[in-house]
Amino acid sequence: MELLNIYQNNYLIVFVFLCLGVLLPVVALYLGKLLRPHKPSEAKLTTYESGVEPFHDSRVQFNVRYYIFALMFVIFDVETVFLYPWAVAYDKLGVFALIEMLIFVVMLLIGLVYAWKKKVLRWI
Amino acid sequence: MIQDMLQSSPGLGNFVIFFILGLVLLLIVLGFVTFSILAERKVMGYIQLRHGPNQVGGRWGLLQTVADVLKLLLKEDIIPKLADRPLFILAPIIAFAPSFMVLATIPFTENFQFADLNVGLLYYVAISGMTVFGVLLGGWASNNKYSLLGGARATAQMISYEIPLVMSVLGVILLSGSLNLNEIVEAQKNGWFILLQPIGFIVFFIASVAELSRTPFDLPESESELVAGYHTEYTGFRWAFFMLAEYVYLFAMSALITVLFLGGWMAPFGFLDFIPGSVWFSIKFFFVLFVYLWLRSTFPRMRADKLMEFAWKVLLPIALGNIFLTALIKSLFF
Repeated sequence: MELLNIYQNNYLIVFVFLCLGVLLPVVALYLGKLLRPHKPSEAKLTTYESGVEPFHDSRVQFNVRYYIFALMFVIFDVETVFLYPWAVAYDKLGVFALIEMLIFVVMLLIGLVYAWKKKVLRWI
Repeated sequence: MIQDMLQSSPGLGNFVIFFILGLVLLLIVLGFVTFSILAERKVMGYIQLRHGPNQVGGRWGLLQTVADVLKLLLKEDIIPKLADRPLFILAPIIAFAPSFMVLATIPFTENFQFADLNVGLLYYVAISGMTVFGVLLGGWASNNKYSLLGGARATAQMISYEIPLVMSVLGVILLSGSLNLNEIVEAQKNGWFILLQPIGFIVFFIASVAELSRTPFDLPESESELVAGYHTEYTGFRWAFFMLAEYVYLFAMSALITVLFLGGWMAPFGFLDFIPGSVWFSIKFFFVLFVYLWLRSTFPRMRADKLMEFAWKVLLPIALGNIFLTALIKSLFF
């Protein structure tokens, strides 16, 4: 029972921190609203583009490189999700788990080498 | 006191008390941010052979940042007509909230810690990754070409450097056998992890500079090419919250490095135990902070192409090698 209480209280603290983190910007922005001037004009509300009249939408087609980096991120982030519990339990698992994990990482490394050779990692 | 609180059954009373304690920490952190900005400007000033702020608040310019914040508070808040209004308002909040949430689990001394989570380290990594959403949303919602480019660049950089960051701590986890930050500090009784994990520490430190997007990795907001990156269209307090998030992360990251690699609140030698843990923690913490400020005024900015290649081709293989080296050494010698 006591352990459960500690567990719940710890996550209650996390929730409190989330509330504070959201409340500070909301309260500060609301209080600021009472203090700051509000005089919108046509010129103020245009998008900044180095003093030039902005032309067409800025959300244009994007370089595919960003997408590939995001894909690689997902692969290696999932790998770390597997590595974390392995590292915590390493004392109990022993050398056999080390070799298993080595095989797993090497398989992903082959992917990294492939991406490297395909010049995906080069940013032009 | 917190120990008793933690054992009582959770309820509204606990919530209120935690809320007040959290508010105190929030105010301390805000005070810290105020003076760390001043410290940054002063340190950079003296490194560049000038004085830095010295007008507002006496010789040391002690009230300079306070004046800056007041100015920001009184600035008109402009939301461009073409911007995506709800997302534009939401983005700074999403960027800021996780930066404060990560502080919940950091043990400052053996008694002064908020949440003693068993997955403390994982919690830090997972929550700090959320800031990327705020940055990307801010860039997207502004509907500005510079913002969008800056947001995409910041996202690419942050996710690329997150991989070496999380991989380099695996050596620490292997040696301590726990994700709980308290137990990681306890495990450093016989030697700090900076000595046992030198490679891991270097990779972690470089990746952390990139995660904080400070010079030499401050490409997301490189003013010479992208105006101000993802926060080009933000004014006044909305902009302030992006900046605040950056400096709260600086606080959190310095504290995390102290905890993970520098032995947290522990004295470096046994005979120095009579000095309280909070003093040791502050000494180490401010040293790490100073190194960050020092780096900023020493290094030039990296090129965008070299930046991404460095993360994937250099840091990631080194971090992976470090994991298996540590595991091997641990099975052979411990």
